[in-house]
Amino acid sequence: MAEVKVAEESVLTDDFLRQLINVGEVDILVGVPTHNNAKTIGAIAETIQAGILTFFPRERAAIINVDGGSRDGTPELVASAAIDDARPNAKMYTLRTFHSISTQYASSPARGTALHTIMAAAELLRAKACAVISPESTQITTDWLATLLRPVYTADFDLVLPTYSRHRFDGILLTNLLYPMTRALYGLKIREPFALDYAFSGRLGSQFLTQNAWHEETAQAGSETQLTLTAIAGEYRICQSFLGTKERAERHSADLVPAMRQTVGALFSSLETNFSLWSARTGSQPIPTTGDERKFSLEPLRINRKRLREMFSTGVAELESIFQSILSPATLAELQGIARTEDVPFRYSAELWVKTIYEFAAAYHKSVISRDHIIQALAPLFRGRALTFLAENINGSADDVENNIESLCLEFERTKPYLLEIWKQ
Amino acid sequence: MRQMIIDELTQAMQELTRGFAHILPRIIVLVIIAFAGWVVAYLLKMFLRSILRLIKFDKLSENAGASQLLTKAALPSATELLSRFMFWMAWLGFILLGVSVLGILGLQDEIARFFLFLPRLFVALFILFFGLLAASFFSRAALLAAVNANLRSPRLLSVSIRTIIIVFVLSMFFEELGIAEQTVLVAFGTAFGAVMLGLAIAFGTGGKDLAQQFLEKRFSVGKKDEGKEDELSPL
Repeated sequence: MAEVKVAEESVLTDDFLRQLINVGEVDILVGVPTHNNAKTIGAIAETIQAGILTFFPRERAAIINVDGGSRDGTPELVASAAIDDARPNAKMYTLRTFHSISTQYASSPARGTALHTIMAAAELLRAKACAVISPESTQITTDWLATLLRPVYTADFDLVLPTYSRHRFDGILLTNLLYPMTRALYGLKIREPFALDYAFSGRLGSQFLTQNAWHEETAQAGSETQLTLTAIAGEYRICQSFLGTKERAERHSADLVPAMRQTVGALFSSLETNFSLWSARTGSQPIPTTGDERKFSLEPLRINRKRLREMFSTGVAELESIFQSILSPATLAELQGIARTEDVPFRYSAELWVKTIYEFAAAYHKSVISRDHIIQALAPLFRGRALTFLAENINGSADDVENNIESLCLEFERTKPYLLEIWKQ
Repeated sequence: MRQMIIDELTQAMQELTRGFAHILPRIIVLVIIAFAGWVVAYLLKMFLRSILRLIKFDKLSENAGASQLLTKAALPSATELLSRFMFWMAWLGFILLGVSVLGILGLQDEIARFFLFLPRLFVALFILFFGLLAASFFSRAALLAAVNANLRSPRLLSVSIRTIIIVFVLSMFFEELGIAEQTVLVAFGTAFGAVMLGLAIAFGTGGKDLAQQFLEKRFSVGKKDEGKEDELSPL
């Protein structure tokens, strides 16, 4: 408890604390971390308000916007999306208190600090259920609030993770690494271990506040992944709810390494603290799911496969000295073989990909070189695997894509003893 | 004549014996100091080794790539190397202290100078060790960043960064030791200037197209690109 107080004191500003004290206690809290989201935030804030008024009119609720130093007027837009705007249109009224407050937690965005602020506020307000909504979730509907919060508020779940209908080639890092590896190691079929829209209970939030080393870089970068892993390790009740379509986000190729730091780095880092948990688990179990577990849309995409192949081959050739410290000679030789062949169709097999990932995880554990460099070195290899995934599913149906992912998951599970073997060497 | 030779020899022997008797206690003191020094140096070595193991110095060295350099040079681990260095420095210090007891003229000043030089030697070695670590770390960081940004000749960039840092570190090392300070300074200035000029020319001529592409892309933000390709969305 003393630790919680220290955490709260350090992360909540005096002004924000004053606002929170005015709010009093709440049943439902919705956190919206923002940074320069002026284009989308207004509509999202209104939808959240309408969702709460529709589905939780008898509960005390608060919306908390934590901003990372926006310069486009995002916090003002959240504040201007007043509750009264939503009421006349929808003819909705709350029977209890409903507050909407905003704070700036830093002058530059930091996901970990944003989540830390939301959790500290939730703890202070004694919220029973807390949802976090991404400011990029432009497809949000009022139903999302019920879908995410009800399992926590009424069914006693501790963590509600989303599932979406996605494009088959969207989230390749999730489908080819995060989902299969989390599933193989921790034994739960969690489709989105790195979630941006999710809900958690007050008790899980309190536990995470005290447990997470917020000052550490890995914890800061991958706080969402850490939350999922904390829930798994603490054997909290987890479920997943189908939210609908997740639109393809406009990404740049430079986003890959930061994305890998946030997710793969957090996953690798968790293996050390949770060794006794994951080393003892075999196989995988489904978790309670509301709605579809996953849907794939099949529209064509124009991805430059030649460029992906070039970046893979260049990476394998140029980073040879780094790979020598991370990979086994056999794995490296196989990768070099794939990178050199130009005539035959490119294929980075599931077996080799799984072996590569496990060797990277073991190298991360042993810190053979700087851990951040290990994550960066994985990026060119991921491009190679993504290229193979594209090629294997280019003409496939949604079922084919699902089967492909399932066989990769089984390969991760089958090869798990290899990770245990190299982990201890 | 014969008696004279015998007297001279006897006198010489007596002087030699007197001299030996005069210096023998000092030699014994030297041996005792050297032995005590060995014990102290050994204890210091063990102490330093324990401290370095406790703070996982080898892991730090591995992270920065120094262990690979040491392995390539067939040298022991960083912890072992520093411990041995401490042992020899301490023992050598004690031996020189013992030698000064012998009272050999001129040697006292040299020994005093050696002891004054020791802190500079430590600082110089510290600069060299951490400089090489920094060179290895930053060159690897540059290599990874260049590969992930799909830049041309990433290894050239990495080697250039490593070379610049090593040249800089070596110049600091020699300056700290006080070896050919002016020569090193001029050589460093010339080499560094040449590298910078070379890079400026290379970037100026080679990066012309890149700069053009960047500016075109920067100022055509609002335009819709019909042939635009989709990027992979990892999450």
